[in-house]
Amino acid sequence: MFRPLFALLRRDLVLALRRPQDALTVVGFFVVVVALFPLGIGPDPEFLRRLAPGVLWVAALLAVMLSLERLFSDDYRDGTLEQMLLVPQPLGLLVLTKVFAHWLITGLPLVLISPLLAVQLNLQADEIVMLMLALLLGTPILSLIGAIGAALTLGLRGGGVLIALLILPLYAPPLILGAGAVDAVMHGASAQAHLSLLGAMMVFALFATPWATAAAVRIMLD
Amino acid sequence: MSERGIQWFRFTAPANFYDLAGRLIPWFAALTIALFAAGLYLGLVVAPPDYQQGDSYRIIYIHVPTAWMGMFLYVLMAVYAAIGLIWRIKMAEIMAKAIAPTGALMTFFALWTGALWGRPTWGVYWVWDARLTSMLILLFLYLGYMALHAAIDDRQRASNASAVLAMVGVVNVPIIYFSVQWWNTLHQGASITVTDAPTMATIMFVTLMIMVLAAWMYSIAVVLARARVEVLERERNARWVQERLEDGRT
Repeated sequence: MFRPLFALLRRDLVLALRRPQDALTVVGFFVVVVALFPLGIGPDPEFLRRLAPGVLWVAALLAVMLSLERLFSDDYRDGTLEQMLLVPQPLGLLVLTKVFAHWLITGLPLVLISPLLAVQLNLQADEIVMLMLALLLGTPILSLIGAIGAALTLGLRGGGVLIALLILPLYAPPLILGAGAVDAVMHGASAQAHLSLLGAMMVFALFATPWATAAAVRIMLD
Repeated sequence: MSERGIQWFRFTAPANFYDLAGRLIPWFAALTIALFAAGLYLGLVVAPPDYQQGDSYRIIYIHVPTAWMGMFLYVLMAVYAAIGLIWRIKMAEIMAKAIAPTGALMTFFALWTGALWGRPTWGVYWVWDARLTSMLILLFLYLGYMALHAAIDDRQRASNASAVLAMVGVVNVPIIYFSVQWWNTLHQGASITVTDAPTMATIMFVTLMIMVLAAWMYSIAVVLARARVEVLERERNARWVQERLEDGRT
């Protein structure tokens, strides 16, 4: 039952590794956006530190959003996605596998590069650890929710811009909780509540969004 | 369905819906005008000024009805969208599409009047109050729904795809609301609430309810009218449309 899923995961990862520029572009976008903020708001270290959680989170979710269009579009164009509809495995599980691969390629590098940017923005060690933890819990949510938008805009003109309008409002809760967790540590409070809620949200998204995405894929390939 | 009573399923047929809506719209329109006139008269002339806020509180008579309508219509839209997606009832799809612009308009009015009300009471047009923020996100959800519907050329696919979006949105609305509320209490020490005003005088409450009813009647009339046009457009090749157009009863 799970063999085809592993095969799909491997295929997506191999494809991504053969064209590393796709994943690197997303990381590059993340780095450049964060680097532009100090230019806009001034170099005062204390001020930057206070803004850092929000800046890093907003940049991360914009980066994930930009990468979403690629999640299904290549498979859609060459017909692979249609073949996936015919596979005996439930489409929801296939979608989940693809989203997991997408997260490994885009979400995880964002988590790994975030400490570097956090240091630039003057965050302290315990805050950086919390930022990474929150991003580790939060970026899968971004990929999972984003997959719905990617599926709904399959084959549409200007799909990339449309994804932003569809998906960014739904990103409000993970943004609030993720940035809030770092904020809490910064103010000496416990971030446990934030992390628990973020974890709960991730479990709920893991359970619910693949089916919505699968429904959307079926509709758009109808 | 039981033998007696109204056969509701009859009106899932576009032709029957078209006739029924055509007969109902004038009544709802008349009620809208009557209730708005009564409500505005009571609200602007009869109701006394508030002892804390003076005359500026009168915005409540527009603000609260539109805010309630904006939230309720989103849920209603998602319910119709779900019915349309699951049972393939064409009229439900049309109703979901027809509700969206009215819901967005109501949400926009709620935000606008909220900003105008904020200026005299809070001193600023916009605060990142939990309710204002979640209403703003609700407006974005409406805009996303309408944008997706407009972006897909095939009608059936547009209905189905935006139905999925509406259902995802309606699951998210409470999550967004609570997380925004939580975020708000975290960031602002002294949060400003509208609710701790003294209990309302009877005349104010009655006026408010009249305005709420007026908003309802307005929404029903406009949504039915929009759904009627949409039915005509979708069914333009059907025989019943030809018959009605030839009869001249539009």
